[in-house]
Formats: sequence, structure tokens, C-alpha cells
Amino acid sequence: MHDVSSHVGHHAPPQGFFRKYVFSLDHKVIGKQYYGLGLLAVLIGMVLSWLMRIHLIAPNATIPGLKWLSSTGAPGGVMTPEYYLQLMTMHGTLMVFFVLTTVPLAGFGNYFLPIQIGAEDMAFPRFNMMSFWATFVGFCVLIAAFFVGDGPPLSGWTAYAPLSVLAGAGPGQAMGQTLWAVSIAIFCIGQLLGSLNFITTTLDLRTKGMMLMRMPLSTWAWFITSCIGLLAFAVLLPACILLILDRVAGTSFFVPSHLVISDQVISNHSGGSPLLWQHLFWFFGHPEVYIAILPAIGIVSHILINSYRRPLLSHRVVIYSMIAIGFLSYMVWGHHMFVSGMSPYSAVVFSFPTLAITIPATLITLIWIGSLYGAKLEVTSASLFALGFVSMFVTGGLSGFFLAQPSIDVYLHGTYFVVGHFHMVMGVAAIFGMFAGTYFWAPKMFGRMMSETLGKVHFWCTFVGAYCIFMPFHYLGLAGNVRRYSAFVDDYLQPLLPAHKFITFAALFTGAAQLIFLYNLVRSRFAGPPADENPWHGTSLEWATSSPPPWDNFGGRAPVVYHDPYQYGIEASSGDYVMQNSPEQIQTVREDKSLL
Amino acid sequence: MAKFVAVTLIAIAIGSAIPILLHIWMPPADISTHGHLIDAQMADTMVEAGICFIAAQLILAVFIWLAASRPSGYKIRNFPGGSFVLVLAAFFLVGTEVLALGFFGTKAWANIYFTPPSADSLPVQVQAGQFAFYFRYPGPDGKFGPIHPEMINEANQNLFGIDVDHDQDAKDDIVTAEMGVPANKEVHLLMHSKDVGHSFYVRELRIQQDFVPGLDLSLHFTATKTGRYEIVCTQLCGLGHYNMKAYLNVMSPTDYDSWIKQQAALQ
Amino acid sequence: MATTIDAPPSIKNPASGTRRVQHIGPETPSTGIWIGLAAITMTFAAFTSAMVVRNGSAPDWRHFSFPPILYLNTVVLIASSLTLRMGQSRYLRLVSGIADSVSVVRALYGTLALGCLFVVGQYAAWLQLRWEGIYLATNPSSSFFYLFTALHASHVIGGLLGLIYVTSKLHRGILYKSTLDAASRYWHFMGVLWLYVLGLLWFRI
Repeated sequence: MHDVSSHVGHHAPPQGFFRKYVFSLDHKVIGKQYYGLGLLAVLIGMVLSWLMRIHLIAPNATIPGLKWLSSTGAPGGVMTPEYYLQLMTMHGTLMVFFVLTTVPLAGFGNYFLPIQIGAEDMAFPRFNMMSFWATFVGFCVLIAAFFVGDGPPLSGWTAYAPLSVLAGAGPGQAMGQTLWAVSIAIFCIGQLLGSLNFITTTLDLRTKGMMLMRMPLSTWAWFITSCIGLLAFAVLLPACILLILDRVAGTSFFVPSHLVISDQVISNHSGGSPLLWQHLFWFFGHPEVYIAILPAIGIVSHILINSYRRPLLSHRVVIYSMIAIGFLSYMVWGHHMFVSGMSPYSAVVFSFPTLAITIPATLITLIWIGSLYGAKLEVTSASLFALGFVSMFVTGGLSGFFLAQPSIDVYLHGTYFVVGHFHMVMGVAAIFGMFAGTYFWAPKMFGRMMSETLGKVHFWCTFVGAYCIFMPFHYLGLAGNVRRYSAFVDDYLQPLLPAHKFITFAALFTGAAQLIFLYNLVRSRFAGPPADENPWHGTSLEWATSSPPPWDNFGGRAPVVYHDPYQYGIEASSGDYVMQNSPEQIQTVREDKSLL
Repeated sequence: MAKFVAVTLIAIAIGSAIPILLHIWMPPADISTHGHLIDAQMADTMVEAGICFIAAQLILAVFIWLAASRPSGYKIRNFPGGSFVLVLAAFFLVGTEVLALGFFGTKAWANIYFTPPSADSLPVQVQAGQFAFYFRYPGPDGKFGPIHPEMINEANQNLFGIDVDHDQDAKDDIVTAEMGVPANKEVHLLMHSKDVGHSFYVRELRIQQDFVPGLDLSLHFTATKTGRYEIVCTQLCGLGHYNMKAYLNVMSPTDYDSWIKQQAALQ
Repeated sequence: MATTIDAPPSIKNPASGTRRVQHIGPETPSTGIWIGLAAITMTFAAFTSAMVVRNGSAPDWRHFSFPPILYLNTVVLIASSLTLRMGQSRYLRLVSGIADSVSVVRALYGTLALGCLFVVGQYAAWLQLRWEGIYLATNPSSSFFYLFTALHASHVIGGLLGLIYVTSKLHRGILYKSTLDAASRYWHFMGVLWLYVLGLLWFRI
């Protein structure tokens, strides 16, 4: 391994406001920019979810302010059915792309991956900057959909064809849908550049002594996720290109012949296949959800170990399981299409790897819980959210167990059971990973401690609130409550309305509780008590530099790594842990040489 | 604080299990011949998932309770067997469980989808379009007239675009807004979409199948109990998706015969 | 009288008249390009499967023969890979101090010229098709023809920009070997990719 210090000279310390804070090449600034973008997106997405939930229990209610957002979508402040679907589409798109793919991976990963491997910056700082600005432009194009013509598209974040191709199929399906497709295409490019950076950096820029197996689990998670993302987004981009061509260039990739809308035969499209869109989309879409959860798995593992004050029972098993999840994620996309009209034999073929993914996921969970046996537990906001993640991940994962079986999916497909499942794993568990990461790493990023009291209040409100919101979704699904309905008018849905009321109030309460987090974040950023280098007594390299780190991460001296990443629970000069870059010889906790 | 977390986890686990155990929100009673296999699969999965759920939350709670109140000078201990035991548990216990469910579930699935409809099943065509389902019966000749999309006209109620003047087979076709079927007779449902993607879902029948524009898909089922059931659309199809539904009337054979004659007279 | 045997020219002792280049730098471009090529491969794989599915989903595929200029363009692109290969070996000799950077520059300019000729030739193919009345939306077969050739050509243009960057670095005497390797690998891949696309179009279109 050649001395990485000769790779210095990517860029000199930045001068000037724009170079330092706006068009920065520094991965730390870029990470914070991604985080800020994700924060903005999640706030918008959350408000959209409130609007949706309010409409569901009171379809004719006048919502103050809504008519200013869209006078056609909400005349007099009363949301129309189409506007509900439009808000729902934007909610899903913002949350999946601009929150879940952005914050845990591009946000925290950009900031901490180079530091955790002892590098000065990412391998390609200019590509890194470009990837953020591409993502930002994609975000702006998406938000623009709110303000054009008929408004945003209403085809859901999944944009099934032909609904997403035919402009006459609904309000928002003209300019709004095109902007959506362009936005996502730009987002893909940002993600591809980001993945390129993460993978190259991890392979090439590790400091002396940082063998692959000595990388912290969060770094492994970012690395594996980037590998998945590289291939997944490379398929979404073609899908979006084909969609855009169908919409504007008169091609017929996805639209068959003889369709009739409003008594008019659609004559400028023929022969296309709507299932082609579904295959392309879900070939991306399934790995995408693992892109959303794996970084959180890595971050939560990293934090739990620190709170347990002992390494996990096996570092390698977690790594191999994450790799297995990544690999299997490419084989299961058809489980979104069990009742889609594809061959029922394919359904059986897809269900087995889907069920098999349970094994590595269970293994990781068993390791988390098993490592807690006989360990200590430092209770902090970060560790509370990390433990909450474990609980949510179990719940969400188990509901997936039902959906993985085609015979059960016949009943549960398209119901609130599915919505409950993915909100549990993505909308709660992954978000908990982000919260845990924020509480854990804010002292390092901002040099100031966040308030632990406010953090704990935030945890309680969110943990209980999230279960109150999303657990009932599963019961509604069992009763056959169909999803993506803007109102519940069917006979059999009427007895379910009280449950929906409960959910809406829980959602509004939990949403309001997020203000505690925001206040905590902003206030501590400016007025929190100063943080020292290693407030959590951590072992990995991010704790071996100042809070916040200098522009080149380690003050010009690349660290040398002597130990595995999680040497906790030992007797050493600094306490019950030894840092990775400490030359101190200690009786180590099972330096990982064997398979397990 | 950790003890509160532990107690909350246990409360959540038990609280979540209560509606399931009390059958508060459950699938409606099954009225099909194949549904019992699905229900059995669902019940098995619920038991297994339920046990795993409660066990995991409980064990997590207990470990949290114990771990947070260690005396000073406490030495870390390992889970007995270490990770090796857990790897074995994951592969063999979980692996067997999922394989078994997958295997048995395939039989339930095969029962619906791998078997062709019987020769004497009743063919009914259903067309999904923004935002309604319409049904067509072939009439005494047993044949459906061809569909001419350019003739579809909601205003003069030519919903399927059939040409009664020129197509012989279309003359006796019966188009209805509600679906009627006789009980205990296999129905062969021929599905196509007029415009975008839709889906056909009847909870009580335990069937669900998407309509894919450009594809002619089909399902077959046998309803066993008379009654009036809702057919709802479960594939996002536009602004009227929430309102897109029809009624399925399962009738006794004699009632069905008189119903179909009535409908024929209304054409 | 003492005899001295001159050591052969080397980086520390270059032959007179040659200009050295600083060639040791980070290996990251070399690693990075492999990853980029993986993504590009996946993209073309996705379009290929889209084409296969679309072909099978309806009986409306109409075959047509593509303009023969494509064969000429193929030769041009292969030739550009050969000139680039020459440039790469000349660079190694430059690094050892036994060649002049001018020779490398010439090989790079040759590659650039042939690359531009390829892109122009592809555009000529499009014009030829349009003259025959075959446009993007005429038929699924033509849609995929334009799509694949446009996609490949846009990546070739990206490769040209990369080669221009490499040439400018060489002029300034700071071209790292890994940068040249990365750009070259990308360019050769464009050739391989074109052969794949050509084969695909020949069999399917």
C-alpha cells in the first residue's frame, strides 16, 4: 500500500465564500450540503403526508393555505381527488430519492467515509461536487412540477405506464410527468457519479494499515450500497430515457395499441409493453430499497457497538450478510409483480430468493441482539434511535415475510399492508438510522454537542408515534383496505374509518414532534456546548481528529492504523477502548483472523 | 431510561398482537374454492411471524433492561456459542422456515394460476377503463363479438365498442355494469383494459389480478356463497381510482338464469 | 585514459532533446474507469433487454438495413484505438526518456481526429436514414437503432473530451500514467462497445 500522503494536492485549502461553502470540493462540505438537501426534502415530504392524512379522514375539509399552492388542485382549499394523488406522488418521490437515498448514503457517507478510512478527501473531488449539484438540480426540477400547468404527476413514485406516458390520462400527466422523468434522470447521473467516488475511494485511498476488514461497518455499508447503486441507477436512467422518448418523441416502448381515453383512440402509440416499464423500474426499484436501508444498517451497527462498549459477536458475518443482501437484491424484483400479469411461473422463481433474503437480514439482527447479551449499554439519543431501529427493522422485515409469498400477496397486494411494510422499513427504520447518525455525529460535524434531553424527548415521541401510525396499516391491509385511494367510499371501508382517524392524529402528533429535533439541531449548531475530539469514546478514525476536522481531515499527517475497528471492552490507557490509530499494544478482543 | 424502553417494547409487542389475536381486522370470510389454501398459508405465516416478532421484541427488551444496569467493573461476556450459534440458527431455523413456507405456498399459488379453466366454465369478459368495470356475457351463441376500440362511446353506451350491425357474434352479447355469477360454477374471467393499468380485486374471493393494457389476461374462480360483494380497483389508474368499483352478485343458478335473461332484454 | 560506458537514457538521465513528464500519480483514475465502465455496461444491458422485450411484445417490428457507412465508421473507430495504442506505448518510451513527447501528442491528435470522424460518420448515417424516411418514432426497430447509436456516440464524445484533457495535461508535462491508462481504457471500451452495438443492430434491426 503506497503512502497516501503523496496523493495530497487534490486541492489546496479553499479560499473565498463560494469556494468554501457553495462550490466546495471538500467532501465534508458536500456531505453537509446533501444532508441539508435531504432535510429540506423530508420536511416537504412530511408536510405532504400531513395533507394526505387530513384529506383521508376529511375529504371535504378546507385546508388553510392549500389554495395558494394550487387553485386547480384545491379550489377554495378543498383538495380534489387528483391533487391527493399528485401530492402522494411527490411525497413518495421526494422521500425515496431525495431523503432515503441522499442522507444516509450521500450525506453521512460523503462526510465520514474518507475520514473513517484515513483519507484526505474522496478520490474525485470535482465529480463529488458535480454529483451534489446534479442532485440539487434534479430536486429543483422536481419541485418545479408543483408550479406548472396541471401540477405534479399523479402516477405515484412508481410511474407505471401507460398512465405515466399518456398526457391525457389525468391532470399532471403532461408537463408534470415530464419534469418528474427529467428530474429522476438527472438524479441518476448524480448518484452514478457518487457511487463511482465512493467505490474508488474505498478501494484506493485507505490509509496505511487500513485493510478492508479493518474498515468500520458504516464504511462497509456505504461501500456495498454504492456497488448496488452503481448498477441499479444504471438501469433507472435507461427507463427514464425511454419514458421521456415515449412522452415527447412519439416512440412506443411502453404503450400498446388501441387504447381509448375519453372516447378517443390513441393513435400515435402502438405495440409497446407496460410490463417492460415495470421490469425495468423494479429491477432498479428493489435494489433501491436496499440502498435505502443498508447505510442505516451500517450506521446503526457502528453506533450500537459504541454503546454496547464491545465489538459485535462477528464483524465478518455482518459484512458477509450485507454483501449477500446486496447480491440477492438483484434477483427479487419480480416480487413487486406477482399479480402484474407476468408468467405465474416467474412468480415462484422470484419468491424463493425473496424469502432467502430473510436469512442474512435475520443474521444481522441476531448479531445485534446477541451482542447485547452480556454487554453494557450507554443510553444516549443516538443509541436509543439505534435500538429503535432494531425494533422497527424486525417489525418491517417480518411483514415482508407475508408479501414474499405469491399466494398471500394475492390478497395483500395493493393494500395498506404493503404501505405499512415499506413505511416500517424505510419510513421509520431508515429514518431512525438517520436520526441516530445525526445525534452521534453532530458533535464531530459541528463541533458542538446536541441536547441529550431534547434528543430523548424526540426519541420517545417518534418511537411511540411511529408505531401508532404504521402498525395499524398492517391491520387495515389484512381487512383489504386498498392503497392509493384519495377517499374511502367503498362499503367495506366504512368500518375502518376510525382507525384512519387514529392514524392521522398520530401522524400529526409525530410530525409535530420533529420540530423538537429541528430546534435541537439548529440551536446546538450555533449555541451548543463545544464538543471535544471524542465525546463518545469511539475507536474509529473520525474520533482521531478535531471536531470539526480540519480541511484535510488529519492536519496533513495521515493516520496509521494498528487495530481492528471495534476494540472495546478491554483495559487500555484511555479507558475501556483503544483507538484504531493508537500504537498501544493491548490484549485485543479477538482480532478478526478467522472466518467467524 | 433503558428500563422504560424495555417496558415500551414489551407493551408494543403485546399491543400489536392483540388485534390479531382478537381477530379485529381480518380478511372477510372466504367464499371461493381455492381460498382456503391462501387462508391456511396466511395463518401459518402469521403464527411464525408472530412468534418471531414477539420473541425478538421481548428478548431485545430483556437484554436492554439487563445491559443498562451493570455494576461498575463489570466484565463483558459473550453470547453462549458466539456468532456461530446465531449463524446456524439463521441458516437452519430461518432457512427451513422460509423454504417450507415457500414450498407450501407454491401449492396454494399453483392451485389458482397453474391450472387451466375447465371446459364448461362460464366465460365472462371484464373491461377496466377509467373509472369503471363493465362486463360482457357471450349470450346463447357462447361467442364474444370482436371489440372495435374506435367505436367505444360512453355517450351512446357502446362501452365495449361492439358492432351489433355487422358482427354476427356480437348480436346476442350482454353488457352489464354489475357482474352476476351462479354459485358453485367455475367462472372464466377474461380481462382487458381500455386505457391504463387497473386491477381486479374481490377480497372474499381471494383473487387479485392486474389488467395490463395490450394484454388479454384471464383468471378463473368458483364462488361458493351467494351474496353481493365489491370488486375494487387496486392499481392506480388516475383521479377516479378511489371510486372505481363494481358489484359482484353471486346467485343461485335459477336466480342467475332469470337475471341474465333480464339483462339480455335490456340490451 | 579511463573509458566510460554511458548508461542508457532513463528518467534520471534522459536522452538529450527529450522532455520528461511527471508520470507517477494517484492510481484512482485507473480504478475509477473500471467502475464507470461497469455502469455503462449495465446501461447498455438494460437497453438491450428493453429491445428484446419490445421485439417480442407485438408483431409490429419492421426490419430495415442500416446504412453501409456504419462499416466505414467501424474501421475508423478501430483505427483510432490503434493510434491510441501507439500513443500509449510512445508514452512509456517517453517516461523512460527514450522518446519525445511530440510523438505521443501526434498519436493522440490522430486518435482525436479519427474519433471526430467517427461521430461525423454516425451523423451521416442518421442523415441517410432520414433521407429514406426512417425516423426515431417510425418503428420500434428504428427507435432502438437511433437510441443505441446516439447513446454510443454521446459516450464517444465524452471519451473525446477525456482525450483532450489528457492531451492538455501532456502539453503541460504533468500527465500521470494512470490518467492516460484510464482514458485509453475508456476509449478502447468504446470500440468494443461499438462492435457489440453493431452486432446487435445487425442481428436485430
